[in-house]
Amino acid sequence: MPPVAMQSLAQILTDHADAVRSAWITAVADELRGRTSRGELEREQADIFDALVEGLQRGGERIGDEPFDQLRGILSDVSSARARLGFTPRETAVGVFALKEGLYGLSAQGVTTDVTPLLRLVDELGLFTFESFAAAREAIIVEQSEQLLELSTPVVKIWEGVVAVPLVGTLDSARTQVVMETLLNTLVETGSAHAIIDITGVPAVDTQVAQHLLKTVVAARLMGAECTISGIRPQIAQTIVALGIEFGDIRTRATLADALVDALRSDRRTAATVLA
Amino acid sequence: MTESVPILKIGTTLLVSIQVDLQDDTALQLQEDLADRITRTGARGVIIDISGLEIVDSFIGRMLAAVAAISRVLDAQTVVVGMRPAVAITMVELGLSLGGVRTALDVERGLAMLEPDEESAEDVLLAAAAEREQR
Repeated sequence: MPPVAMQSLAQILTDHADAVRSAWITAVADELRGRTSRGELEREQADIFDALVEGLQRGGERIGDEPFDQLRGILSDVSSARARLGFTPRETAVGVFALKEGLYGLSAQGVTTDVTPLLRLVDELGLFTFESFAAAREAIIVEQSEQLLELSTPVVKIWEGVVAVPLVGTLDSARTQVVMETLLNTLVETGSAHAIIDITGVPAVDTQVAQHLLKTVVAARLMGAECTISGIRPQIAQTIVALGIEFGDIRTRATLADALVDALRSDRRTAATVLA
Repeated sequence: MTESVPILKIGTTLLVSIQVDLQDDTALQLQEDLADRITRTGARGVIIDISGLEIVDSFIGRMLAAVAAISRVLDAQTVVVGMRPAVAITMVELGLSLGGVRTALDVERGLAMLEPDEESAEDVLLAAAAEREQR
């Protein structure tokens, strides 16, 4: 198709701008009732519309063409903003697809030119919007899981020679790695002989989580520190037994307090043996 | 609504006396209640008195072994006491063994088995705190 056709389409859009835009905004406002103000929608649409017309005038045909650079920028800004505000994919995509409502109305206004290329372009714009929306969502998820990883692994010193790691959330191999590293480093820094891993905040223990816990305990033992797992809730104790998970000779305690007393007790025992 | 078996607390020990033959769901309920109580009270021992039981089938046997395993994870020891001779004979003949469960003749001997041979939590904490102050 020659670029001339696209430019004439741009002309049609400019000529009937008011009709197209009012049909467009009515369709969007219907869908987004209450989610956003009409003034804001109008501003947003004016941007998109102007960028679209400009792109067409400069001979753009497909969404990937250079004349549409600005339009793509606006669309991806709008959709990532909506993704962050918690809009649904439908609510986001409708902002673009509703432009078709305006285009369908053109023939009623006596426009005889075939607007199919425009409709096709709107479809592409819609798909692009959706892609940006999904990308923004992905980015949010990645960001959050990174934050979670940083947040959730403090090592606290609870007594002279006793450190504890209160674990919150599910254990996967990435987190186990972080927990293990911070725990072992703290053991060395503080010269502690006892480590307590508290799993009160771990929602469920399956064979895999147990495997990760065991690894951490074994690593601590290799360094010569005694490691206790505490904070085992009644339901978790039942699951552990039902799954047949063997903790072997690793000490498990119901509460962090028990584990602390236990660590102190074994310290005293060692002291007594040394003195004797 | 199933009947539940009462759990009594004596010092750091929990005592469960099973007086009548257990329905399967009552047994499971007991297992849950015990896990709950051990965590809540920080008990160090559990005594299960089965002197009232005339039949111990494989289900109850498994339940007893499970209770013992659960309490081990929560750092409590389990002793099954008062098994009748007839029950013991049947169990041996059926090839059921209470793997990993300690047993005693009666509640008294069971309690003696669980007697703590170490200082109480309070003593340990007080001593550690005193030691810390000295430094």
